[in-house]
Amino acid sequence: MKIDSIQNGIVIDHIQAGRAMEIYELLGLKDVECSVAMIMNVTSGKMGKKDIIKLDADIPVNLDAIGYVDPGATINYIKDEQLVKKQRIEMPKMLTNVLRCKNPRCITSIEQELDQVFKLTDAERHIYRCLYCETAAK
Amino acid sequence: MARSILDVLDLSVEEIDDLIKLACDIIENPAKYAEVCHGKTLATLFYEPSTRTRLSFESAMYGLGGNVLGFSEANSSSAAKGESVADTARTVSCYADIIAMRHPKEGAPRVAAAHASVPVINAGDGGHNHPTQTLTDLLTIYREKGSFDNLTVGFCGDLKFGRTVHSLINALSRYTGIKIVLISPVELKLPSYVKKDVLKANNIEYVQTTDLEAVMPELDILYMTRVQRERFFNEEDYLRLKDSYILDPKKLVNAKQDLCIMHPLPRVNEISTAIDQDPRACYFKQVLNGKFIRMALMLRLLGIEV
Repeated sequence: MKIDSIQNGIVIDHIQAGRAMEIYELLGLKDVECSVAMIMNVTSGKMGKKDIIKLDADIPVNLDAIGYVDPGATINYIKDEQLVKKQRIEMPKMLTNVLRCKNPRCITSIEQELDQVFKLTDAERHIYRCLYCETAAK
Repeated sequence: MARSILDVLDLSVEEIDDLIKLACDIIENPAKYAEVCHGKTLATLFYEPSTRTRLSFESAMYGLGGNVLGFSEANSSSAAKGESVADTARTVSCYADIIAMRHPKEGAPRVAAAHASVPVINAGDGGHNHPTQTLTDLLTIYREKGSFDNLTVGFCGDLKFGRTVHSLINALSRYTGIKIVLISPVELKLPSYVKKDVLKANNIEYVQTTDLEAVMPELDILYMTRVQRERFFNEEDYLRLKDSYILDPKKLVNAKQDLCIMHPLPRVNEISTAIDQDPRACYFKQVLNGKFIRMALMLRLLGIEV
């Protein structure tokens, strides 16, 4: 399968196979103006299988959201078809307005203007908890 | 930002020891502290009803010679007009030197603390945290037992929604030789995350049972809890579980002579009134201790040295 290279934009690479859709949704990519290519289950020397997302414009992306879904992903910034910057993603310590707290008893359920903040409480088990009510994100 | 207390774990073991020492000094020398908060004002912002906690805070501030203002239900505040917690906290910071807040929604005091310019004490946020209750419990255990080490502490009743239970287990897990006995109906067992993150993570010995009488002889502390109607979404579940454990004199036959029976109150029927005269009943002493530990906490947060 052939996917054209992009002239200017961003390639989110080394996403664990099957997780690109989560990143697509968390980044709200259905609402962006540029073209988005989601390539899934690509054969990878390092990973066996991986997913890739290509954005055909250098738009701001929420790196924390990507780091939450897959801290092993990399971001490649492309200009004039050349790789100009490669960035490794880390598991963010805090997530602001990436996830929503689902606890109906949380203060965020009635005060809509509050930022939805989640804190990394267990890096090993990849657990984030709401800053306000400490409910774990699912 | 002023230092606030939202969770008992905001305090180190050393700070808790210091608060207990201060509270004991206040108990022994009340006159020495009677005017130390002269000119200071506590705001009690209570968005849901409470007898004990609000009166305890107010009594504590009056006992230190300070003043109190506030509201005791959301309907009598601007919250009824839709004012946010953040705006209320900013506003009240202009009138008071310290805030005690109770709110039915979890995390509301954290929002207040982020926007207030004075210390905020969480006086209970839904089923989440209630640090001054835990401090009260710790002071009671200390006064009854002389230390926190090597105690077998039984928790009985609603261990699922009981915030005081989770919080006290968390606080006790920082001491040595503690053994925890969890007594509850299957439906109200201690959540697995508390077992994993607190008990197992700190290598605390614990057992789970549904049989209160079987474990009674080994307990140094028995912490009874109420099954709280307001924590259930389903009335049927509440009615089925509310009378799971009722402590009466018969159940105490095999208990230690120096057992300390505690309860965060209010009780409904989970401790028979026949036990109130038993010298092992400590729940009304707890109420009094609550006032003294709140006095100590407010003094420390206000930075008042005596």
